[in-house]
Amino acid sequence: MSGALSLPDRRTPPGVFVALVLTLAIGWLIVTVDGGRLFSLPTTVSLLHVAAGLGLVAVGQTLVVVGGSLDLSVAYVVSLSTLVAAETMAGDDGALLPAIGLTLAVSATIGLVNGLLVTTARINPFIATVGVGLLLKGYLDNGYDGPAGKTAPALVQGLGYQRIGPVPLSFLLLLAVAAAAWFVLARTRFGHHLIAVGGDPEVARLSGVRGSRVLVTAHVLCALCAGLAGVYLASRLGAGAPRVGTEGLYDLESIAAVVLGGTALAGGRGGVAGTVGGVLLLASIDAIFNQLEVDVFFKQVIRGVIIIAAVAVYARRAMRKAS
Amino acid sequence: MRIARPLRLLEFRSGSLAPIIVILAVLLVLLTARQPDFLSPPSLMSFLGRSAPIILLAAGQYFVIVSGELDLSVGSLVTAQVVIAARLIDSDPSAGWPVVVLLFAFGIAVGLVNGLVTTRLRVPSFITTLGMFLILVGAVYLWSNGAPKGGLSEEFRRLGRSAFEDVPVLGRIPYALVILLAAAALALVLTRSDFGRTLVAVGGNPRTAELSGVRVWRAKTMAFVLSGLAATLAAVLIGGYSGVSFQAGAGLEFGAITAAVLGGVALGGGRGSVVGAMLGALTLETLFTLMNFYGVSGALKPTVQGAIILFAVAAASFRFPSR
Repeated sequence: MSGALSLPDRRTPPGVFVALVLTLAIGWLIVTVDGGRLFSLPTTVSLLHVAAGLGLVAVGQTLVVVGGSLDLSVAYVVSLSTLVAAETMAGDDGALLPAIGLTLAVSATIGLVNGLLVTTARINPFIATVGVGLLLKGYLDNGYDGPAGKTAPALVQGLGYQRIGPVPLSFLLLLAVAAAAWFVLARTRFGHHLIAVGGDPEVARLSGVRGSRVLVTAHVLCALCAGLAGVYLASRLGAGAPRVGTEGLYDLESIAAVVLGGTALAGGRGGVAGTVGGVLLLASIDAIFNQLEVDVFFKQVIRGVIIIAAVAVYARRAMRKAS
Repeated sequence: MRIARPLRLLEFRSGSLAPIIVILAVLLVLLTARQPDFLSPPSLMSFLGRSAPIILLAAGQYFVIVSGELDLSVGSLVTAQVVIAARLIDSDPSAGWPVVVLLFAFGIAVGLVNGLVTTRLRVPSFITTLGMFLILVGAVYLWSNGAPKGGLSEEFRRLGRSAFEDVPVLGRIPYALVILLAAAALALVLTRSDFGRTLVAVGGNPRTAELSGVRVWRAKTMAFVLSGLAATLAAVLIGGYSGVSFQAGAGLEFGAITAAVLGGVALGGGRGSVVGAMLGALTLETLFTLMNFYGVSGALKPTVQGAIILFAVAAASFRFPSR
C-alpha cells in the first residue's frame, strides 16, 4: 500500500563509481605511458577544485531532478552570485559574512521564484527555468562587461586556496553539502516526499503529500547550492565574473553529472552519492585530458561522446535488471 | 460517440491555438501602433523571410517534442552546417548545390544518430542531444582551429538573402519565405499522415503505442531526422542572410523549444500542433522586432524575452490546466 512512499533500492552501488575507478585506472596508465603523472599534487588539487565547483551545483540539481523538475537557470545564478558576493565584500574582510548572507538570500529568492513558477503557475520546469535564466542573463549582460567587485582576502585564502594535504577546503565544503543533501533525501520526511512527488505526483497527492511545497523547497535548496558555488568561484577568481556560470556550462554539465550518477531525469529515482560520483568522473576526465595536453575542442568532442556512452551503458544495466 | 468525437477534436484544436493567436495579435497591434507601415507588404514580406529559419526550426522541434523527446542539438547543428558550408565552398561559385546536398546528408546523419542513440541505446534525449551539442561545437572549432575558414559563394547566399522582385501587390517575395511555405505545407501534410498521428500517439503514451504494434523507435528516429533536416534548411537560410560565424546558431535550440511550447505543444509529448509551434516562432520574432522598435537595449532583450515567455506560458496554462 505504501508503494509510493517507499524508497527505491539503495543497496545497488551506483555504476558510476565503477566507471570512475576504470577511468582513473586507464587514465593513469595512458598518462604514465605518455610520461606524465596523473596523481601528482597539483593535478589532484586542481581535479578536486573542478569537482568542488561543479559538485555544489550538481548536488542541488539532484534534488530538483529527483523531484521530477529541472533547473536550467543555475549557470546564471552562479554568475550572479559571484558578483553579489564580490561587490558586497569589496575586498573587505569585515563584510565577509553579510556578503555571503546576501548572496545566499538572493539565490534562495531566485529558487523560490523558480519553484513558484513550476508549481503555482504550472509552467513546465524547462521553460520556467530557461525564462528565469533569460531574465538574469539580461541583467548580467546589461550591467556588466567584465569582472567586477573584489572578494575579501580572507575568503580567497580560505575557501579559495586553503587545503588540508591535497584536499582543498572547497572540496570538503562539497562533501559537507553532499552529506547534508544525502541525509535530507534519504532520512527525512521531506526527502521521502520529494522522491514520491518525483515518482508520481498524483499518487503522492492522494497519499497526502503537499507536492507544491516540497518542490518549491527543492528549488530553493538547488538555487542555494548554486549560490554557494558562486561564492566559491568568487573566492577562486578574487572577483565577480558575469559569465563564469555559462562559460562553465554549469547548467548542462550539472544535469549530465546527475544523470551519470544514476538519477532518472524523469524523477523519483536516484541520489546524491551517485551525483558526486558523476562529478568526480567528469572532473577526472578533465584532469586526464589536461595531463595529455589534449586540444580544448577535441576535449569537448570526447566529453560529449563519453557522456552519451556512459549513460547508454547505464540504461543497458537498468534494462537488464528490469527484465 | 459519433457526434462527440469530432466536436471534441475541434475543441482541442481551437483550444490549443487560441492563446498564441491572441498573443500574436496583441503584439502585432502594438507593433503597428509604433510603426504603421510594418504591415505594408514589402516590410511584412521581409519580416516573414527573416523569421523563416526559426519557424522552420520550431516545426522540426514540434515533431521531436510531440513524440515525447527534445532536441537540444539544433543550434549547434546550424552553426556546424554554416561553418562546413563556408569551408567546403571556399568562395567557389560552382560548389553551391553539391555542398547543399552534402549539408542535407549531414543533417540527416546527425538526426539519425540522435534518434538511434535515444531509442536503441535508451539514453534520455536531453543527454543524447546535449552530448551531440558538445560534439558538434567542439568538432567545428577543432576542424577550423578556432576561426571559421573559407567563405560562402554568392550563389549559396542567394537562397537566404534574395527575393522574387517586382511581384504585383506584394513587391518582393523572399526565397526564404517560399521555402518556408513549402516546408510548412510539407510539415502539415506529414502531421495529417499516418506517421504524424503515430508520432502523437507515441508521445502521448509510448506503452500503449508499443502494445498496439507501433514501432516506437522508428517513429521517434524519424522525428529526429526531420529536426535535423529543418536545422539544415535553417542553416542554409541563416548562412545566406547573415553570413558565417561560430555564433550562427547559438541559442536557437532554446528559441525553437520555447516557440513550440508558446504555441501550445506540451513538453513531454502527445499534445499540440505544428501550426502552433510555427505561430509560436512567429510570435517570438514579432516580439524581438517590437523590442527593436521600442528601443529596448540589446543587452536587456533577454530579460524582456524571459518575462514575456513566462507570462505567456503561465497565462496559457491557467486557461488549460494540465490534463
